[in-house]
Amino acid sequence: MAPESIYAHVNLRRNYRRRKILNTVMLSLTGVTVALAVLPLVWITVYVLLKGGRYLNLALFIHLPAPMGTPGGGVLHAIEGSLVMVLLASLLAIPVALLAAFYLLARPNTAVAQAVRFSTDMLAGIPSIVVGLFGYAVIVVTQKHYSAFAGGVVLAIIMLPVVLRSAEEMLKLVPPEMREGALALGAPEWRAALRVVLPAAMEGIVTGVMLGIARAVGETAPLLFTALGNDHYEIGQIVRQGLHYHQSMGQILGQIFGQPADALPLTLWKYAQQPYQERVQLAWAVAFVLMLFALGLNIAARAWLAYRRRKLYG
Amino acid sequence: MAAEVRRVSPPHCLSASSRLSFRSSFKRFSDLLMQPTSSSSWRKRLAYYFKHGDVLWWTLLTLSVGVVLVLVLWIAWQLWVQSAAARHAFGWQFIWPWAKPVWNPALDKFQAWPAIYGSLITAAIALVLAVPLAVGIAIFLSELAPEWLRAPLNYMVEMLAAIPSVVYGLWGIYVFLPLVVVPLGKALAPLGEIPGLGVFFRGPVPASGFSRLGAALVLVIMILPTIAAVSRDVLQAIPRSQREAALALGATRWETVWKVLLPYGQSGILGAIILGFGRAIGETMAVTMVIGNSAGGGYSILRPGYTMASIIANEFAEAVSEMHTAALIEIGLVLFVLTFLLNALARWLVVNKTIKRA
Repeated sequence: MAPESIYAHVNLRRNYRRRKILNTVMLSLTGVTVALAVLPLVWITVYVLLKGGRYLNLALFIHLPAPMGTPGGGVLHAIEGSLVMVLLASLLAIPVALLAAFYLLARPNTAVAQAVRFSTDMLAGIPSIVVGLFGYAVIVVTQKHYSAFAGGVVLAIIMLPVVLRSAEEMLKLVPPEMREGALALGAPEWRAALRVVLPAAMEGIVTGVMLGIARAVGETAPLLFTALGNDHYEIGQIVRQGLHYHQSMGQILGQIFGQPADALPLTLWKYAQQPYQERVQLAWAVAFVLMLFALGLNIAARAWLAYRRRKLYG
Repeated sequence: MAAEVRRVSPPHCLSASSRLSFRSSFKRFSDLLMQPTSSSSWRKRLAYYFKHGDVLWWTLLTLSVGVVLVLVLWIAWQLWVQSAAARHAFGWQFIWPWAKPVWNPALDKFQAWPAIYGSLITAAIALVLAVPLAVGIAIFLSELAPEWLRAPLNYMVEMLAAIPSVVYGLWGIYVFLPLVVVPLGKALAPLGEIPGLGVFFRGPVPASGFSRLGAALVLVIMILPTIAAVSRDVLQAIPRSQREAALALGATRWETVWKVLLPYGQSGILGAIILGFGRAIGETMAVTMVIGNSAGGGYSILRPGYTMASIIANEFAEAVSEMHTAALIEIGLVLFVLTFLLNALARWLVVNKTIKRA
């Protein structure tokens, strides 16, 4: 073994200074990375809100789009289409997600539960455009036409893993003693789940649903060839026409879900690439609405959750 | 008396396990159906059964679980079946890097390598830029940020993931491309002179800025929150004792991070990176809006191109011939397989190697 230098302490001191400088520099750099991440967020948000806000007016929400190249008009068709499809998606995805989450709660460590968790994660990772291809293959091809229904179904597939994951988390937060107590008192499983566990986890589940809806509202890719787009989609018109021809409720609903429909992000995508200035302005206004909706829903959901957590766990 | 004997006792009283097992309750339900009864007591029994038993409940639970389990397989199956025409016509040549790149709907000749290359190169550039940033953010959020700053910063990073991707695309076309990508592209163009490496930088970058570079830079912003959030969770899952031990040995905070925490969480962070890679490959709308959607462009990152997702988004609704549709669905299949493998690997790394161990 080589004898230790008698100047070791000098080296140590020099090293110490170097290490301290490295420490300061690198830790400051991590701060810089955070600034670099916040920069685009602020840039995009402020830009979209300012620019989109300039073109925002009432007509946006109550009129169909004007013919190309003429000013004015709105995106009522897209708002209604988004509403219809997200509603359908919620109706399909939320019950399935909640029931699957209850299954995971009742049988947490079985092979089936592991498979469900794996499957959920994989489902969340599938690119949304591929889900769109699936919707096309399964619904559009068999029905032989594009429809709001197909759009709603693919949005449901997008929503499902988001809601399922958060619902499982939230159900797990409920103390197991509550469920066990209900079972011990002789309540059947479903009653314990729906009357005891669900109310206790309700707020968390609602936030999960909000996140799922925020995700579904912003999705474009899966709608490109399932809902396709429809500049004349207006529910009021469909209902009025239906009543005029004495159609039944079912027929009118069938028309609402059976037609191709538009959605806000889909409209944004189409209008952003058109050479008419008015359309691009509409696109910015739509971006404003979408941004406000997505961010608002996200912030509200997370803030509420954080507030509840703090209240529950101190 | 006979009626007394034949009466079915409530299922949850029969045995302790009956309430907990779907199969046994289902069996008992079928037993119930087998018994000869009059119609009025039928209704009573069914009502009784559904009021107290869990048959309906467990049927519903099993059905929903079945939906979740079947969905992924069904998607894979549909992609496989619907792409049959293209698979049979082109075979492995379809994705072979050295095959002749043709994309000709008129002649029904398709070859996907340019699109696959576009996906890989944009995702790779995005990763190279995003990973140091994201890991830095994760370190700051889990180790350095004071308590009052932590929640707002977490919010902000997550908001980055919440912005719809079309909004990124719109901002990209009108703000980001002209202001950032065009000047950067011009600055990088001289690199095209270098022999060998030059093929990646052969310019000129279009005046609109539509290019693979633009797509990659937008992707950086979009995958940043994914990698940062997962890495942060990984770092936070590391036991406190590890940090304390390092500090007690005289390490500075940076040395604690660099020599203890990052090695400890390396497989989880690798998982986060792979997850980000999967996101980048699957991202559709923003990329479609800024990449320019043109075949060709060679290997240059300064030229417009396609990614797998963007070629589907751009052409599928207008695909007329069956072969064109099948070829696009086969690209979807490649995309599916790739993201599935990446996500499975990432999940295994994050869940099994890091979070469970910690």
